[in-house]
Amino acid sequence: MDGDLLHPRPEGLYCPAGDFFIDPMQPVARAVVTHAHGDHARSGSALYHVADAGLGLMRERLGAGSVLHAHAYGERFVLGDTTVSLHPSGHVLGAAQVRIEGCGKVAVVSGDYKRDPDPTCAPFEPVPCDIFGTESTFGLPIYRWPPMSQVIDELVGWLDDCRTRGVPAVLFCYALGKAQRVLAELVRREPDRVVHLHGAMVRLVEAYREAGVTLSPTVPVSDSAKGRDFAGELIMAPPSAAGSPWMRRFAKASTGFASGWMQVRGARRRRGYDRGFVVSDHADWPGLLQSVTDSQARRVYVTHGDGEALIRHLRDHGVDARPLRSLGTMPDLRTSEEGD
Amino acid sequence: MRRFARLFDALDRTTSTAAKRDAMARYFDEAPAADAAWAAYVLGGGKLKRTASSTELRLALAAETGYADWLIDDCYEQVGDLAETVALMLPEGDEGDADVPLHVWMEARLPSLSRLDGAGRIELLREWWRALPRDQVFLANKLLTGALRVGVSHRLLVQAVAQWSNLPTDLIAHRMSGDWRPGATAFTALAAPERADEHAGERPYPFFLASPLEALPDTLGEVGDWLAEWKWDGIRAQVMRRGDGVLVWSRGEERLDGRFPEIEQAAAALPPGCVLDGEVLAWTANEDHPQLFAALQKRIGKLKPGPKLLADAPVRLMAYDLLEQGGEDLRERPLAERRQRLAALVDGHAPTLMLSPSIDAVDWPGLTAVRGESRTRRTEGLMLKRLDSPYRVGRKRGDWWKWKVDPYTLDAVLIYAQPGHGRRSGLFTDYTFGVWDGDTLVPVAKAYSGLDDKEIDRLDRWIRAHTRERFGPVRSVEAVHVFELAFEAIQVSGRHKSGVAVRFPRILRWRTDKAIHDADTLDALRRLASG
Ligand SMILES: [Zn+2]
Ligand SMILES: [Zn+2]
Repeated sequence: MDGDLLHPRPEGLYCPAGDFFIDPMQPVARAVVTHAHGDHARSGSALYHVADAGLGLMRERLGAGSVLHAHAYGERFVLGDTTVSLHPSGHVLGAAQVRIEGCGKVAVVSGDYKRDPDPTCAPFEPVPCDIFGTESTFGLPIYRWPPMSQVIDELVGWLDDCRTRGVPAVLFCYALGKAQRVLAELVRREPDRVVHLHGAMVRLVEAYREAGVTLSPTVPVSDSAKGRDFAGELIMAPPSAAGSPWMRRFAKASTGFASGWMQVRGARRRRGYDRGFVVSDHADWPGLLQSVTDSQARRVYVTHGDGEALIRHLRDHGVDARPLRSLGTMPDLRTSEEGD
Repeated sequence: MRRFARLFDALDRTTSTAAKRDAMARYFDEAPAADAAWAAYVLGGGKLKRTASSTELRLALAAETGYADWLIDDCYEQVGDLAETVALMLPEGDEGDADVPLHVWMEARLPSLSRLDGAGRIELLREWWRALPRDQVFLANKLLTGALRVGVSHRLLVQAVAQWSNLPTDLIAHRMSGDWRPGATAFTALAAPERADEHAGERPYPFFLASPLEALPDTLGEVGDWLAEWKWDGIRAQVMRRGDGVLVWSRGEERLDGRFPEIEQAAAALPPGCVLDGEVLAWTANEDHPQLFAALQKRIGKLKPGPKLLADAPVRLMAYDLLEQGGEDLRERPLAERRQRLAALVDGHAPTLMLSPSIDAVDWPGLTAVRGESRTRRTEGLMLKRLDSPYRVGRKRGDWWKWKVDPYTLDAVLIYAQPGHGRRSGLFTDYTFGVWDGDTLVPVAKAYSGLDDKEIDRLDRWIRAHTRERFGPVRSVEAVHVFELAFEAIQVSGRHKSGVAVRFPRILRWRTDKAIHDADTLDALRRLASG
């Protein structure tokens, strides 16, 4: 019976033995939240357990009034009949896998994770377990991430090109995690470059700095005088700003999008950006398979993304893999607004 | 091929035609002529022989990666392009320093594959892939399967060559038209200075194209300033009487010589040095309307038509413009004058060479009434041309309008879907629609366009969740959604299971207000086709 440790319910993934929810979608009494992305951290619950590395971001997302219990990575704490600990997932600052020990076994829920190095957060830690719940946002073998150094080469090449042509470069990427990762990589290459930020990114970038992450110097776009010419400069904005009136000041800009989906040419062209940069905060196909192997789990539950192909592939290779929803009623698929 | 891969990448990542033109011109400057020739040929839409089938690519991919067929299918469905799926699934190849030039690929490598048998072909494909980086795997696959598209029109390619060679676009268009074959000498010759006798050569004038009239015709001013003609449903062609012979060019700037001997014979009797613009139509003598387009289609495909075909589907040129007379370029003269000269020129050559009749009306309502007869006359509507306009180049709005009749419509049910290509690859955007034959839905039309991006996304998700069966990339879906389709014509067809063929079907709107039993019946379509 795996259902005593993990049992999907309409409110979200529930742990009966510990009487808590992981990343609940509705307000509950006790929540363990893996990371601060909007599709995982939702306000309204009475009490939250989070990793202390992401405390600042969680406050930003859940509201100052929320009751947060912060734990160091690896610290064990008791919830009901279980012992719980949080372990780095390498996804974004403070992102955690949830290890649950109880009923004579160990379950690990990965949350969102990646295996590629990222200067903005602690690297993924393989945690041995009996039951492994993995995400599968990019669960097809066409998704294999290029080394970040190569992507940054391309990015810098694009910036040089924009400078030559005298046009602004507007890079769209999600405001939490992706933006900071790009800024942390960029500062190593071009330490003096000042990056202009869309308003939605400013506080989140500040939260990373407060957590001690070194990023490129930034200024809010709103600090610039009306009519300023951004020729050759880099502006970063969330994807929702594309096509909005905000973009009018960058009429001639070349636009780019940093996302794992940019791996596929059709997806790149469909979105209508000039350039696509393959940068993901999720595991690619080899990363997913590696993590399943590293977990040494006897059973694997797959969530996030339809997961069909990953499950079938694992089963073909002798792994007992199942959809997480087979354990109970899963709520509607999470909108993976930040899932790229 | 490394340099060509860089060019392709540059073309692929921009939607600006100016940037594309610059990138190509730069490439032509830097690349050896033998490679530049092939690049120009391939990018300009030159036909490529298919040297490997998609089945072979799949087999080689499965052998090389060990992935199951179903997983390859799933990936293909997500990517929407097999050449790219292969490139993304293979481990990155090791190119070393050995860059194989584009012309060697085209002239030696691909032909060498054709000479091998089944197993040998798979082996060779795998060997090539192992030595190529990802972008070149993609390109090699595209060249192998004869399908490389990167949003470069023939016209844009011509402009790029013109920019590189610093010669007029028209001259380059002429030099590359017809059956231009890639080769180092042929490419270098494109940049040679213009010869004095070159103008009188075989080059067609660039066609002037009409724009669709979306506003009401009375916004065009006085009806008397306009020439109205039928909009014929045939093949637009330039018939050139030059030197001792006659050349026939299609609008796609392909030579049609030998296909329409009646027209060539009649035109041979015209004085040398004249060029007519008009529509080739299949038309039986003594009939008052042309045959259906399908009859003409048989003629297009036939290089030397036999006596039976000539008797069944005789063709004529419905001439509507005169671009050159006595060796003089008339394009800057007003349409009224060109038409007068044309009338005199073709006088006595009917019916094979005819002046497209003008339609006289005292006012716009009168003309609108005549337009109502378009269907019974087997035309697509009216053309409106300003009488004092010159013959312009390409699609320039303002002087020539096509004022088409409203299309036929029908309500049909979505029954199959398949992933699209290009911008929409990976999304289910190619739909097949059915109408009722008793209590079964029979397919009658395929349509790709007509929905907005939001609707496409919504329908794509629905299709994935409501698939009944898969046949390769094609999925049959539950019969739920009704769409209103528009089409230009319908005819009885023995080649179609439904017994009818519709022309230019496209989606008008998603009829969420209709249930599947509200869709049209095959009987109704058959009546329309035979009536
Ligand atoms: Zn996340
Ligand atoms: Zn997520």
